[in-house]
Amino acid sequence: MHQPASTPRQSIYYRYQVFDSPPPPATPGLVPALVVGAGPIGLVTALGLAQQGVRCVLIEAERQVSEGSRAIVFTRRSMEILQQVGVADAVLAMGLPWRCGNSFYRGQRVFRMEAPQSDDDRFAPMTNLQQQYLEEMLLAQVARQPLIELRWGHKVIGLPHNQGDHAVLDIDTPHGPYQQAASWVVAADGARSALRQLCDVKLEGNAYEGRFVIADIRIDLPLPTERLAFFDPVWNPGNTVLMHREPHGIWRIDYQLPPDETPEQALAPASLAARINAQLAMIGLANTPWELDWSSVYSARALTLPNYVHERVAFVGDAAHLLPIFGVRGANTGFQDAQNLAWKLGQVLRGNAPPALLGSYSHERVAAAREIIDEAGKSTRFMTPPSHGFRLLRDAVLSLSLSQAFVRPLYHWRTSRPHDYLQSPLNAADDDNGSLPDGPANGCPVPNLQLARGHHLLDALCGEGAGPFTLLLAQGQPDAALLAAVQACQSEGLPLRLVAATAQPPAPRPPGLAAWLHDADGRLPAHLGLPPTGAVLIRPDQHLCARWQAPPSASQLTRALHRALART
Amino acid sequence: MSTPHAPSPNGLSLPDLEAVYDSLAMAIDATPPAQRELLLVKLALLQAQALGTHQAFAALLAQAQADL
Repeated sequence: MHQPASTPRQSIYYRYQVFDSPPPPATPGLVPALVVGAGPIGLVTALGLAQQGVRCVLIEAERQVSEGSRAIVFTRRSMEILQQVGVADAVLAMGLPWRCGNSFYRGQRVFRMEAPQSDDDRFAPMTNLQQQYLEEMLLAQVARQPLIELRWGHKVIGLPHNQGDHAVLDIDTPHGPYQQAASWVVAADGARSALRQLCDVKLEGNAYEGRFVIADIRIDLPLPTERLAFFDPVWNPGNTVLMHREPHGIWRIDYQLPPDETPEQALAPASLAARINAQLAMIGLANTPWELDWSSVYSARALTLPNYVHERVAFVGDAAHLLPIFGVRGANTGFQDAQNLAWKLGQVLRGNAPPALLGSYSHERVAAAREIIDEAGKSTRFMTPPSHGFRLLRDAVLSLSLSQAFVRPLYHWRTSRPHDYLQSPLNAADDDNGSLPDGPANGCPVPNLQLARGHHLLDALCGEGAGPFTLLLAQGQPDAALLAAVQACQSEGLPLRLVAATAQPPAPRPPGLAAWLHDADGRLPAHLGLPPTGAVLIRPDQHLCARWQAPPSASQLTRALHRALART
Repeated sequence: MSTPHAPSPNGLSLPDLEAVYDSLAMAIDATPPAQRELLLVKLALLQAQALGTHQAFAALLAQAQADL
């Protein structure tokens, strides 16, 4: 019998709540979607499915949120995804925004990076928040969502059936086991995914040797919220130390283990204390009192499944890939998986798209993971050189960087970024994308734009705008032909809403227009690289899939939607 | 009359080559053994920067790898 911990985890700043584990359902039936794992990625997937109008069951083996702060840095793109599922305001209220990273060698700051930020962005390049709080905020949103049933303390132990039109999971609970059938299963069960083993699928790629200690301490440091990276510190020769500020007076210190040390030795209290004190002494803050909250050891790995959909099981987040965290790539990659999968699975379950649409989930997100792994490899081999040659070059760059500016960009740690699905099979084949050289191309996420103070373009793709495709008219009133084209698609059951931008104060909405965007300065067409007559088709995950010089005809629009739903 | 630091299209003059020969040997001798590799790698990176392209550096690297 599965017996998850029933006492709250220990923390000096976070009060854990233990949730009741419900008994197995009397009649489990067949649920449309079963999401396994209520970490941030499983929670975002479930919320995304609910936005598609799909009922889902979310099961979690534990009875409380994550142990320790874990993922603490969320990128701008992650914040945009979190805005879509309704928690960005809560994250902003507690999180710490930042944009600068600093690298130090021999007491000298040898590199400083300022991530770009414009008034058109709603969110900072990075926002720091402990994962427990993010999960708590997502759980509050799940509680408001009647389409999601969350079962704490339910653990997957078997997959007796996974083919045809459904899967069956063996689930154990504190009250005894049961079987749950589901049309589709989402494996969001993390780095040690049980479903990965049950499907007998293997991660591919490199397992780097570099291992890091993560320690969270409560300390009052007179330092700004910026990334601090220390190379070859006197107390940890040849290795790297990272520091990040978290909310609630907590600092994260990551440091590399010497190669001959075990995780148990590294996490021994005396060892932790000596190293943390040595780091504080090195930055001139010796004897500052501190208290340990949580510590752990992780390896810098870069692995992915080659395919994220196996019969009726789709993998997301760490269950699908393991990525080095130096570029904050773990959760930030997982949110993009969740957002991508949720709308596609939702459309499949609603009967608007064939299961083949999920092939594009794997196509787009495996390609993204491979790009991330390639970039991560570059930062990993600088942070934790894998061989004598790479160590020698890294050390030569550290030494030169004290006096030679040309090597300093090698300190850039290539942060997680949103991925462009330029090669996606969902991108329109016969639109005007190829003849529109400026602006984001098909496959790119829509870049945000401040339309009026506090009002941004992506706001229109949240709430009611988060579920369907959006046809966005760059400027002006939709004519009768366009309204008829949209209506023709809608009456065919295609999930589409029409939004038009206008530089004039918005007139009354004609029937069929879901919303006006008041683009007072008329910047939207140029922002999207469109003439004022142009229009774009935006997927539910805010990526572009068709661009036109002029409003599309009914047949153009239908073709683009069919292609984006893998109906052809 | 050429300036003393301008690159020569014909490469080093013999006196300059001898000067490089001596100065590099003396710099290696003057460096503790554990740091000699580091010295040479730093020097290689600085030379690559002076060369200005990866291709030029790769050609020299290939020549250096011959007949070891």
